[in-house]
Amino acid sequence: MSDNHAPRTASQRAAWTTTVVVASLVLVFLMAPILAIMPLSFSSGSYLTYPLPGLSLRWYEDFLNSPRWVSSLKNSVIIGVASTILSMVLGTLASLGLAQWKSKFKPLVLAIVLSPVVVPGVITAVGLYFFFAPIGLTGSYAGLILAHTALSTPFVVITVSATLQSFDMNLARAAASLGASPLYAFRRVILPLILPGLASGALFAFATSFDEVVVVLFMAGPEQRTLPREMFSGIRENISPTITAAAVILTTISVILLATLEALRRRNERLKGNLR
Amino acid sequence: MTAAFVAGADASSEVPLKRRLKRAERTRRLKALALILPLLLFLLFTFLGPIAGMLWRSVDDWEVRQVLPHTVAALADWDGKDVPGEPAFAALAGDIRTARDAGTVAIASKRLNYALNGFRTIMAGTARNLKTLPDPGTAKATLIAINPAWGERATWAAIKGASGPLTGFYLLGALDLTRNLDGAIVAAPEEQAIYRDVFGRTFTISFGVTALCLILGFPVAYMLATLPTGQSNLLMIFVLLPFWTSLLVRTCAWIVVLQSEGIVNDSLRWLGLIDEPLRLIYNRFGVYVAMTHVLLPFMILPLYSSMKSISPAYMRAAASLGASPVTAFLRVYLPQTVPGIGAGSLLVFILAIGYYITPALVGGAADQMISYFIAFYTTETVNWGLASALGAVLLLATLLLAVVYGKLVHGQQVTGGMKN
Repeated sequence: MSDNHAPRTASQRAAWTTTVVVASLVLVFLMAPILAIMPLSFSSGSYLTYPLPGLSLRWYEDFLNSPRWVSSLKNSVIIGVASTILSMVLGTLASLGLAQWKSKFKPLVLAIVLSPVVVPGVITAVGLYFFFAPIGLTGSYAGLILAHTALSTPFVVITVSATLQSFDMNLARAAASLGASPLYAFRRVILPLILPGLASGALFAFATSFDEVVVVLFMAGPEQRTLPREMFSGIRENISPTITAAAVILTTISVILLATLEALRRRNERLKGNLR
Repeated sequence: MTAAFVAGADASSEVPLKRRLKRAERTRRLKALALILPLLLFLLFTFLGPIAGMLWRSVDDWEVRQVLPHTVAALADWDGKDVPGEPAFAALAGDIRTARDAGTVAIASKRLNYALNGFRTIMAGTARNLKTLPDPGTAKATLIAINPAWGERATWAAIKGASGPLTGFYLLGALDLTRNLDGAIVAAPEEQAIYRDVFGRTFTISFGVTALCLILGFPVAYMLATLPTGQSNLLMIFVLLPFWTSLLVRTCAWIVVLQSEGIVNDSLRWLGLIDEPLRLIYNRFGVYVAMTHVLLPFMILPLYSSMKSISPAYMRAAASLGASPVTAFLRVYLPQTVPGIGAGSLLVFILAIGYYITPALVGGAADQMISYFIAFYTTETVNWGLASALGAVLLLATLLLAVVYGKLVHGQQVTGGMKN
C-alpha cells in the first residue's frame, strides 16, 4: 500500500498527526461507553460506579434466575428466528425475480420493497398497531413475527441482490442446456454459489429483529416482551446491574453476528480472488 | 417448386418463431413477477396497508357522523349564521337519547371536545338530564334549558365542523392551524399550538446531530481511507462494533457513563475540577451525545467509501503543480468528497428526524421529538386522528428527503460507472 495519501512534507505530517489524534479520540468516543459498562456487570456491589468493590457473577445469576429476563431472551430468539426464516424465503424469491425482471416499474417496486428501512419506526409501529388490533394480531407472536419480517426483508433483498449481481447467470443457462430443470438448477448450481450471500442476508435479518424495539413497544403484550423491550423498561425504571449483564449478553450476540458476517465477507473475497 | 416450398416454409415458420420468442419473453417476465409478487403482497398486508390506514385516520371523521346521524343530516343545509331551528334540536335530542341507550355518547363527545373545549361536559350533562324525548316543537327550549350552550352558534358550528366524512382538522392541528367559526383557516389558540415548536425542535436536534456526525466522522473516514488496508480494516472494528451493538445497550451505556454518579462526573470530581456533579443526561446535551454516538457510523461508512474511491494521483498532481497542502485539500480533495458528505448527511438526518427511543430515554420533557408525540397520542391519550396527522407530516418529510437521497446516491452510481 504505497499508493496512499501518505504525508510527505513537515506541514503535511503535522496535519496528518492532528487527523490521527482527532480520529482516534472519535474512535474512543465510539467504543468507550460500551467498554465502560461491561466491567460493571461483573461487579459484586449493586452500584454502577468505579472502582468495583469486587468481582462476581451475581448479576448474571440474577439474570438467569429472573423469569422476566429469561423469557424475554427466549422471545427475542423465537421472533428473530421465525422472522428471519420468513424474510429469507420472501426476500430471496423477490431478489431472484428482480434480477430477471426488466420493466420501467422496477425502480418503483424496489422503492416499495426497501421502504420499511426508511420510514421512521414510530410510523410503522403506529400503523401496524391500528391495523393489527382489530384482527387480533396485537399481543401475539404472529403479529410481531409478521412486523419484523416486513422490517428485515429489505436487508435480505439488498444483500441477496448484491450477491446475484456478481453471479454469472450463464451458469444457470449452462445447467438448463444440460437438461436441468429450473428447480434442480437452482438447488445444485445457483444455491451453493449464492449461499454466503444468503447467510449474510439471514444475519442482517436476525440482527434487525433482535435489535427492534419500537414495534415491540406498541404491539407486544406482557407475554411477548423481547430482550430490548425488557431493557427499555429497565432503563425507564432504574438501571440495576442486571441490565448491564443483559447488555453484555446482547453485545456478545452482536459480536458473534458481526464476526460471522466478516468471515463470510473474507471468504467471498478470497473466492473472487481465486476466480481471477 | 422446391424453391417455392422452401420459401413458403420459411415464411410460415418466421411468424411462429417471432411469436414464440415473444411468448417466451412474456413467460419469463411473468415468472419473474411471480417471484416478486409474494413479497409485494406480504408488504401490502404488513406495511403499505397499515401506513395507508394511518394516513386515512388523519382525515377520517366518523365519530359524530355515526353517533349523531340525524343531527348531521339536519345540519347539512345550515348556513352557520344563526343558531339552527327546531328540526336540528329535535334531531339532536333524538340522537342523544339513542346514543345514551347504546352507550356511545362518549365517542362523539370526545371528538367534539377536540373541536370545542368543554363539549364533553355539555354532552354528558345533556344525555343525563334528557329524561324523555321532548314534545314536538319544544326541543329547542328543552335543550337550552338543560344547557344554555345549545343556544350558542359555536356549539353547533363544532358539530357541523365535525360531521365529516372527511376532515382537515387533525392535519391543520398538526401544523398549529384551525378553522374559525366562519370556516377560515387561522392560527390555533396558543395553548394548543405546540407542534410547530416540536417540528422545529426535531429539525434543530437532527441538524445538530448531523453536523456533529460530519465534524467527528470526517477525520475518522479520512484516516481509515488513507491508512494501509490492514490497519484500516482493524480500526474499522471500532466503527462496526458500536454499529452492530443494540441501540438499547448504547443508550443504557450513556446513561451509566453520564449520570450524576456516573464515570464522567466521578472522574471530574476526583480530578477536583468540579464540586457538584454536572447535569449531563436527561437533557439536550445527553440527547446530542447519545444520538451522535448512535448515528456516527452512518456518516463514517458512506464518507469512507467515497474517500476510498479518490485516487491519490489527484493530490500528487495538485502538489506537483505548486498547490500548498491546504489548497490541494480544499480545492482538490474536499470537492470530491461532496457526494459522500451529501449521502452521509442526508442519511443521518433522515434517521434522526424519526428517532424515538434515544430521546425518550436520555432526554428531558423539553427534548422530546415528534415521534414521542405520535406515540403519546396513540397509546396515552388515544387521539388517533392527531397521532396519524403528525405521523403523516413526519412521513412526508422523510419521503421527500429519501427521494433526494435516492437521486444523490443513484447519480453517484451513474457517474461512478462512467468514470470506469
